[in-house]
Amino acid sequence: MKMIEAIIQPSKLEAVKEALNEVEVVRLTISDVQGFGRQKGHTEIYRGHEYTVNLLRKVKLQIAVNDEFVEPTVQAIIKAGRTGEEGKVGDGKIFILPLEDCIRIRTGERGPEAI
Amino acid sequence: MARSTLTLLATLVLFCGASLWSAEDTATPAVTPAPPAEKAAAPAVAPAEPAAPPHKAQAKIDSAVAWFGTYVPPGKVDDKGVAVPASNVVNGDNAWMMASTALVLLMTIPGLGLFYGGLVRKKNILSTLMHSFILCGVVTVIWTIFGFSMAFGPGPLDAAGAPTMWAKFFGGFTDFIMLKGVIFDPALATHSNRFPINLDYAPTISFGVFCMFQLMFAIITPALISGAYAERIKFSGMLVFTIIWLIFCYFPMAHMVWGNHGLFNWGLGATADWAAFDFAGGTVVHISSGVAALMAAIILGKRKGYPESPAMPHSLVLSFIGASLLWVGWFGFNAGSALGANGLAALAFANTQIATAAAALSWPLAEWIIRGKPTMLGSISGAVAGLVAITPACGFVEPGSALIIGLVAGALCFTSTSYLKRALGYDDALDAFGVHGIGGMWGAIATGIFLSVDVNPNIAALNGDLYKAIVDGKSMVGNQIVAVLITVTLSAVVATVALLVAKFTVGLRATAEDESEGLDVSQHGEEGYNH
Repeated sequence: MKMIEAIIQPSKLEAVKEALNEVEVVRLTISDVQGFGRQKGHTEIYRGHEYTVNLLRKVKLQIAVNDEFVEPTVQAIIKAGRTGEEGKVGDGKIFILPLEDCIRIRTGERGPEAI
Repeated sequence: MARSTLTLLATLVLFCGASLWSAEDTATPAVTPAPPAEKAAAPAVAPAEPAAPPHKAQAKIDSAVAWFGTYVPPGKVDDKGVAVPASNVVNGDNAWMMASTALVLLMTIPGLGLFYGGLVRKKNILSTLMHSFILCGVVTVIWTIFGFSMAFGPGPLDAAGAPTMWAKFFGGFTDFIMLKGVIFDPALATHSNRFPINLDYAPTISFGVFCMFQLMFAIITPALISGAYAERIKFSGMLVFTIIWLIFCYFPMAHMVWGNHGLFNWGLGATADWAAFDFAGGTVVHISSGVAALMAAIILGKRKGYPESPAMPHSLVLSFIGASLLWVGWFGFNAGSALGANGLAALAFANTQIATAAAALSWPLAEWIIRGKPTMLGSISGAVAGLVAITPACGFVEPGSALIIGLVAGALCFTSTSYLKRALGYDDALDAFGVHGIGGMWGAIATGIFLSVDVNPNIAALNGDLYKAIVDGKSMVGNQIVAVLITVTLSAVVATVALLVAKFTVGLRATAEDESEGLDVSQHGEEGYNH
């Protein structure tokens, strides 16, 4: 079992969800996050006063998957999360973490069955 | 000269329809040959024996007086000793004025509160809303007890009943204390109508409605100042400062401009040397609050971290709603200042819309040219600047002039908020001075520049000498500048004293920790957004 965490462009969320659906990954949790990496921030101007905004808005996906789903999930996110053919700085990252256990609250099932 | 001739000709067109007087009698002889109408009218005005010929404006003045003087005070008898029935309130006027009064309150709550509230950070939203809301309470209480009397009483009179010098500056503490005889007057019990009318101020509406209408102006003025001290003032200090400023600056200013015997009040005794035109409060409301705001920003000091760390508006959506409510409510403020549902109100209404629209375009246009993008905040700020600038002028200028006043106001206030504030280094947090102070000064002076004396028949009706002087070529720009300078001086001095009194009694500024935590939690113990 793995925990896949992906930071993506907010505008790519719908496409990524669709792509995940195609590879039968139908469970995910998302959250609005802010952060910065190599992508530069932007400036906003209020009544002529410029502010540099370097914490940018992103969407974080958390998907717990069984081992055979890891690669399809990663490929789906890469395919749908990329801007254009080449991709752009700021398209985000995917992290894969080992997942110790998983418990379904309703039934108390544990492990891969519960995912 | 060519301009004033054009102006006269344009206004003639307006007045011909009313058939109050013939078109020719105001045109300068250089333009129109001596009209037959003047010959016909002359014997009626001038007696047969040799005397100075009547002033060319006299016929128009007589006609305007006749138009204005159709309202009869209680207790009047005609030349045969028969009592003349007193005038009653004109229902349409009273209805419009009550609606206007409510519209002006709508400007403060929620309009101004939301406009300012959206511009502060999330942690200060409630304190900013509270600044506007609490003043609705504070000002109303003071107004009821003695504020209305100070602003609109006739002022101290001498033994013979003539106004003393002090009557130019404040209304005194005797006439309308606790609104006695304003809303309801038992002395009028013999009349079918016990609700007084004040013939000096507004002959067709209830005096109580006039009093409430003026109260709403007294509420919004100190609330406007809150834009300067937002995000860092101590609540108790704000109250002390505001109350002192209201009593020693706002009430006297209202009296000087609109009160009976007021220094600048051309309709109630001011001479042509001192008369100043301020239809709806350019000096009283906007310049005075703008200057007080500047003093508050300077004496209070900058917000922590300003200007290095960003203090971005937390919700321009709220600001948008607030500014839109200001625009709507301002029709009550400006068109209501005609004190009746009449043609003058219609002029003020149209001018308000035109100038505001122009400024809502010129501010973002300036941004687009200089900064590359037109912003929503720029557009709503421009609208407010346009509303401010047209306020003194809306009942004295023609629509074309309103367009110019608005266009200039938007661009000028963009410059003052974007560059002047940075250059001078004060932290007027939400640009109360940059918009209301600068926009107000432009509007007051523009009223003199663009004055079209015949669009407002009250000038001829109430101050024939002033009307004649203007027809003879007197420019009002000088008078307007004098009024601006006196307003600036009075407000700056009173605001400084009031701020220092607050500072050395209850304290003016929130502590550094309170400011960091946000005024909502530190001053009021609550938060705006609990999810």
